[in-house]
Amino acid sequence: MSTAATTMERAAPPESGPRALIYRLRHGDEVAHIVTLIFAATILLVTSMMVYELWVQSALTRTKFGWEFFWTRTWDPVFENFGAAPFIYGTLVTSVLSLMIAVPLGLAAAIFLAELAPRKISDTLAFLIDLLAAVPSVIYGLLGIFVVIPLMRTTIGPALKATLGFLPIFKGPNYGVGFLTASIVLAIMIVPYIISVSREVLLTVPRDQREAALGLGATRWESTWKVVVPWARPGVMGSVFLALARALGETMAVTMVIGNTPQIATSLFSSGYTIAAAIANEFAEATGPMHQSALMELGLVLFLITFILNGLARLLIIATERGGGRPS
Amino acid sequence: MSNLRLIWRKSLNALMLTLTGVAALTVVTVLFLILGYLLYNGGKSLDWAFFTQLPKGEGEDGGGVANAIVGSLKLLAIAGAIGLPVGLLAGVYLAEFGGKTFSFITRYTTDLLNGAPSIVIGLFAYSLAVVPVKHFSALAGGLALAVMVVPITVRSTEEFLRAIPNSLREGAMALGASKWKTIATVVVPAASGGIITGMLLALARVAGETAPLLFTALNNQYWAPGLGQPTASLPVVIYNYAISPYDDWHRQAWAAGLVLLALVLLANIGCRLVINRRGVRSV
Repeated sequence: MSTAATTMERAAPPESGPRALIYRLRHGDEVAHIVTLIFAATILLVTSMMVYELWVQSALTRTKFGWEFFWTRTWDPVFENFGAAPFIYGTLVTSVLSLMIAVPLGLAAAIFLAELAPRKISDTLAFLIDLLAAVPSVIYGLLGIFVVIPLMRTTIGPALKATLGFLPIFKGPNYGVGFLTASIVLAIMIVPYIISVSREVLLTVPRDQREAALGLGATRWESTWKVVVPWARPGVMGSVFLALARALGETMAVTMVIGNTPQIATSLFSSGYTIAAAIANEFAEATGPMHQSALMELGLVLFLITFILNGLARLLIIATERGGGRPS
Repeated sequence: MSNLRLIWRKSLNALMLTLTGVAALTVVTVLFLILGYLLYNGGKSLDWAFFTQLPKGEGEDGGGVANAIVGSLKLLAIAGAIGLPVGLLAGVYLAEFGGKTFSFITRYTTDLLNGAPSIVIGLFAYSLAVVPVKHFSALAGGLALAVMVVPITVRSTEEFLRAIPNSLREGAMALGASKWKTIATVVVPAASGGIITGMLLALARVAGETAPLLFTALNNQYWAPGLGQPTASLPVVIYNYAISPYDDWHRQAWAAGLVLLALVLLANIGCRLVINRRGVRSV
């Protein structure tokens, strides 16, 4: 009887009031809950502190230049005139160009891995491609300097000039460094992300979608291109956004091959500059508080852009994996 | 007419399918080209002095990067000491305690932090750890890397904890263990292999980071005892040597590149094999 009473007591702790709190704390569960909760909240804290710090540290240039910062073309640390236009231009050009190279290549490879290759081969290749994503960016930069730049100067550049030289984007002298070289290196770096995410998304497309298309007489390619890919489209878009965010924020490889000249030039052979490269090159040797503030503001812009892109990408991927984008 | 169309469709099919195969092959070939080229150039530049000596002055031949190797290890140790516990506990929260909304927000923010450009994280660490003391330090560099370690650890820890079947938790609780005891003595140990693997992957990922170190740990030609001094690291050395005009520094950049890549890839291959064997989706 007495044992039953003790069991009852243990099974029904006090429902409310300070005694309940003490009971739960002594029990340990609440403490563990609160401690882990604090650590989880740290992540939110760090992220918001990041935005806050960048915002505060860029106060000087934000008040002095306002919105003009974004379309002013001069970048003059000596006279403290700062405009971000050349960096924004360089970042956009290299990112978009690298996507133009990487998306067709990556999507095609993902289709091969998800639709055609036997599961074992597909898994092995995906494993190797994931390794490619793990290569540190400074190593891509190293290869960029000693492999891609000479190749650009001697082979790719002259070939482009000979065939498409009439276009303004391929005019002008070619020294090997510049927008195009940076875009090629970037493309190599982001292709693994596109393949890896797109493959996962394509693999979640239900089997009967393919079978229905094939049963109606579609060829393998038609079922893939007109049924499977449209079904997975939001997820594939998500992978592209992820890759774009990587490309925008990529620092080392780009810094090492783009030439680092703050200018807006039509020719893809001319050297340029990106937001990330400017921060990497100038921050440690910034000439004064104004210069530092300008670089901080560049960092803020970069952070917010990648934040939005990553946010969109995650939503798209989640939506696709939960049930397909276009069940029509 | 319809016959022609069929031929067209079939040849388009063959053409496009071949192209997709070519694309996959191209990407994998690039990996092997990178490995091969680095192995060739780095391999012939590696020597004993590289691992044991300090750098020589500008343009002088010889010397090594011993201080950068030690510096990298030191930075990783700091990053691990700060980042791994935070990541682990936050991961435990998400997998074992988390409610709905707060968990979703945390998970989402974690992914966003994971995608934040590393150079921006460098700026953040600069304003936190360099501005107040007015000099560059290993601590600032380690802090920057720790910020990058956290989101990777959180997500992998959560995923491995979720893979533990509920029957294990129920069994422990049925024996009278409280929830935190269940977690600490049953669930986390059961997932420990995966969790540690995830942590190693996180460290391998930040080991190659250069951008966040450029203006936090900076660089150093000499040994940097303690945590308060500018510290050399392998990635920063590769960068500085690669953009320098000296042939011997280029040679050492290749050697350092090979060492770094070998470490990162070995860690990755090992970890991924462990993860795949356990049948858990890699992160």
